[in-house]
Amino acid sequence: MPYRKVTENVGDQTILLVEGLGRVVMLAQETIRGIMAGKARFKLTLEQMVKIGYESIPLALVASGFVGMVFAMQIATEFVRFGAGKYVGGVMAIAMARELGPALVGIVIAARVSAAIAAELGTMQVTEQIDALKALGSNPVRYLVIPRFIASALMLPLLTVGAIVTGFTGGYFVAVLVGHINPVEYLETARSLLKLWDIFGGLIKTFCFGMVIAVVACYKGLNAAGGAKGVGEATTSSVVTSLLSLFALNYFLSLAFFK
Amino acid sequence: MIKLNKLSKSFGDHQVIDGVDLEIPDGQSLAVIGPSGCGKSTLLKLLIRLEEPTGGSVSVNGQDIVRLDEEGLISLRQKVGFVFQYGALFDSLSVFENVAFALREHAKLPERQIARIVGEKLKLVELEGTEKLMPEALSGGMQKRVGIARALAFDPTIILYDEPTTGLDPITSVTIENLMVKLARELKVTSVLVTHVMQTVRRVANRVVMINEAKLIELGSPAEAARSTVPIVKKFITGGID
Repeated sequence: MPYRKVTENVGDQTILLVEGLGRVVMLAQETIRGIMAGKARFKLTLEQMVKIGYESIPLALVASGFVGMVFAMQIATEFVRFGAGKYVGGVMAIAMARELGPALVGIVIAARVSAAIAAELGTMQVTEQIDALKALGSNPVRYLVIPRFIASALMLPLLTVGAIVTGFTGGYFVAVLVGHINPVEYLETARSLLKLWDIFGGLIKTFCFGMVIAVVACYKGLNAAGGAKGVGEATTSSVVTSLLSLFALNYFLSLAFFK
Repeated sequence: MIKLNKLSKSFGDHQVIDGVDLEIPDGQSLAVIGPSGCGKSTLLKLLIRLEEPTGGSVSVNGQDIVRLDEEGLISLRQKVGFVFQYGALFDSLSVFENVAFALREHAKLPERQIARIVGEKLKLVELEGTEKLMPEALSGGMQKRVGIARALAFDPTIILYDEPTTGLDPITSVTIENLMVKLARELKVTSVLVTHVMQTVRRVANRVVMINEAKLIELGSPAEAARSTVPIVKKFITGGID
């Protein structure tokens, strides 16, 4: 019966989803245990920090600069109409620190880095390089996952600082030059409305995003199967899962930090 | 000695290895033959727990490897070299770094000593001067030889070869077969090779077993295997040509 088939299908998918989630959590546990046991490798971690952080700087800053500019253009027009033009700077600062900066960096890294990690580890998996690593007495979690996990968790907050500054600065120029907002008022309301916690909260969020993106991408890569097609599927799945996890996590963390 | 006791492995409902008993004495070169997809490579991976058995036990030098913890497993894997079907070289590392990998990871030797060992192993596989090359610059045969050099870095007492000559031209195949014979004779290593290339079996192995429908068939020496009257064995060895 079609009804039964649909129910069975939904059941199977739910089991797979829960099983996958469980395995991701187990990988995260093993990774954190490894870090706590002092198994992190400095050189490998540094290499990943360059790949994940340094090489993502242009994309993160350009994206946040443009989003800051367009956001400033939209709110400046509306705020001036309601006589609240002087608050543009304050709103820009809060929005960039709490939401736009962290979310943008999270999305940029989820797209760029999650795909790269899943593709690299997936290729290693289907070409037996992961098995070779184990056969040579190395632990793939220590050698591959921990460096990516640490690098991602540390570099995302640093990129976010850059994104907040760039977005706020881009917004400043648009607000002042296009929206005709008083530059002193822009900076003054930003200074008075923005609290230190707004910045810290945003950075803690991206620290969490970094851990989630790295674990999801490593899990997808390490479980790729079936040659080039499998690597492609792992990469796509890694980006989609990272993004969905990030959006959900962002909501709950914002609720916890800023409500 | 390697000893398998009622070893089984299944993937979901698919039984790949079913209650296999096997003893491989020290110094023996055992060939495991069988049609593609019959579980030969899985059997090889079970010997160093790259796959987890679903039943039975594997003992290497008297040690039940199924019960080993992580440290024990790392120690076991240093004594067993594994040569992968397509080399499985780390593509982000040079030839030198590939061969030096296990030494750098576990031996904590001075870099000069590592360089000397890597040089020796590359000389053994006749690939001196390739240290700085990346794996993508090597031919399939060269990649397999670097894979052998990498597997030898820790002077293992057992070497496992997964399809060492499959897909190679005849000259490269003979080069690799000669190397395998040399390692068995000079270094007295125990070899287990998984292959469906009968020429390699004849030249390298001194004992042959076949996997068919998840069961092991003992065939004796390569000459005895060639005289086998078991239909599936005969068909496999002759390629179905009488």
